[in-house]
Amino acid sequence: MSAIWEQYSALIVIGVVMGGVLTAVAYLVLLERWISAWMQDRIGPNRVGPMGLLQPLADGIKMFLKEDIVPEHVDRVFYFLAPGVAAATALLAIAVVPFGATVPLPAPLADLAAYNQAWQLYHQQVATDRCVIAPGIDIGFLFTFAVTSLAVYGIILGGWSSNNKYSMIGALRSSAQLISYEIPLGLAALSVVLVAGSLNLETIVGDQVAHGWNIWTQPLAFLLFLIGAFAECNRLPFDLPEAEQELVGGYHTEYSSMKFGLFFLGEYTHMITTSLMVSVLFLGGWDLPGVTGGTGWLAWGLKLAVLMAKLGFFILLYMVIRWTIPRFRFDQLMHLAWKLMIPLATANVMMVAVVREFGWSRWAMLAGSAGLVAVWAVFEVINGNRAINMPVRNKVGREPVGV
Amino acid sequence: MPIASKDVKWVSTPKMGLGDLLYFPAVFSGMATTLKHVIQPKVTEQYPEQEPNLPANYRGVHRLNRDEAGRVKCVACYMCSTACPAHCIDIVAAPSPWTDREKYPETFVIDELRCIYCGMCEEACPVDAIELTSLYDLTGLSREQMLFDKEKLLSVFDMTTKESPKKDPIRTRAGKLGVASEALKNS
Repeated sequence: MSAIWEQYSALIVIGVVMGGVLTAVAYLVLLERWISAWMQDRIGPNRVGPMGLLQPLADGIKMFLKEDIVPEHVDRVFYFLAPGVAAATALLAIAVVPFGATVPLPAPLADLAAYNQAWQLYHQQVATDRCVIAPGIDIGFLFTFAVTSLAVYGIILGGWSSNNKYSMIGALRSSAQLISYEIPLGLAALSVVLVAGSLNLETIVGDQVAHGWNIWTQPLAFLLFLIGAFAECNRLPFDLPEAEQELVGGYHTEYSSMKFGLFFLGEYTHMITTSLMVSVLFLGGWDLPGVTGGTGWLAWGLKLAVLMAKLGFFILLYMVIRWTIPRFRFDQLMHLAWKLMIPLATANVMMVAVVREFGWSRWAMLAGSAGLVAVWAVFEVINGNRAINMPVRNKVGREPVGV
Repeated sequence: MPIASKDVKWVSTPKMGLGDLLYFPAVFSGMATTLKHVIQPKVTEQYPEQEPNLPANYRGVHRLNRDEAGRVKCVACYMCSTACPAHCIDIVAAPSPWTDREKYPETFVIDELRCIYCGMCEEACPVDAIELTSLYDLTGLSREQMLFDKEKLLSVFDMTTKESPKKDPIRTRAGKLGVASEALKNS
């Protein structure tokens, strides 16, 4: 009975999550347009439906009805494969990310009977209030990383098969960027894993419920992870793969209609996934001390609402940052990743490992983070402010007429 | 010609403070700016519902003015069509049915599609009969519809004076009148 119900509940959850994510993506586009409009002192879309709330519907219909142009010079197999890869990997990555109340896996016990009983209890709990598509996956967090890394294939295949220099440059930039930023991203997440002692995201949440959020004890890892997540999503200031001003549209220049729509879908789904990951790894998932807790449907809904609020906060942060910081130059991008974030992230992991090894209080990691930031600041002051000299031609003769 | 070394000067990038070197303080100050704009009043004009506030000397659709008796003021002197750089004014003159002038326009057609809205006709007119109003939203379904004849141009006068006096162009009220109008007024 319980096992069958668990399977059905999995199907229901998959349906709800896919529907929810696709709708959310449509509305994120509207939100993005609103926020960009407000920041530019405009009003934004307000014509379709009340307050423009039906705009996503109109956009979706437009996407489907647009002419689907396939240029003659493309490599057709990979050209058609690329948007599918981009969208599918983004949607797959959500499979293990909790989006509401979760139950941590039972910890290993010496007594086999007690352990089996704990597992039975766990299965019962998961069957009723599950907020993960695939609960209890021990490599959960590695799975998300592996699949989101595959997203770069969508971009590279798209750029390569388009047979167009701008798409190619965009795709190459993207591969360099994603590979570079995955290292600090993974290292920052590793420091959380070291603390929780598990790759399972539900266990990580459970650990934070018990010991406080990771952001308070590891703010540096949080910042590194956040920056890495921005870069993984190709969001400004890291949107070099599709830099409109220099690359026309980057890797999706040659795509039209719903094939472009799938790239778009992948990008926004990625935003949702990474925002959820940041919330789960560093902000305690559904946990809000003093508010969440207890059992029953009310507590379940409250946990869901708390996690959705955190998700919304990070999505808004993505959008605010997008219209705040200009795009990095490519050398600055690489400088940030290799000369700054990777050393900091490595040092951070070592610091966390030392704290864990000697069994010190978790707050020692806060002091360690502060120390690392201080070292970085000293290093920047000594080394980073080297002025770059550039030749400028003196003005010769008079100004041209008409200026 | 190669650039001589005396024409080249060297500049260096500005020195950054600690806030800029550590990225985050600079990012936060940037976010303060952008978030301030979110709550600032918007500049968008909601066009069909909200009419633009045009300056009083905006040059839009023409009108033919009427005199006090409600007759067309034009004396068919062809000054406007001569001045017109786009050759969009077509006048056919006829002997005036009234005693105070010799001629009047039997037909007076302006091709609004051809017009470049330069206002030269208005300047040329000796009796202030032709004027540009601040009506800007002129549309038509065909080229023929955009040929405004005398009746249409007179109706524009009625529209801008009686129906919505706000649209009455400032030139009729302020400033000097044309030579002939002044003479007529003083006589």
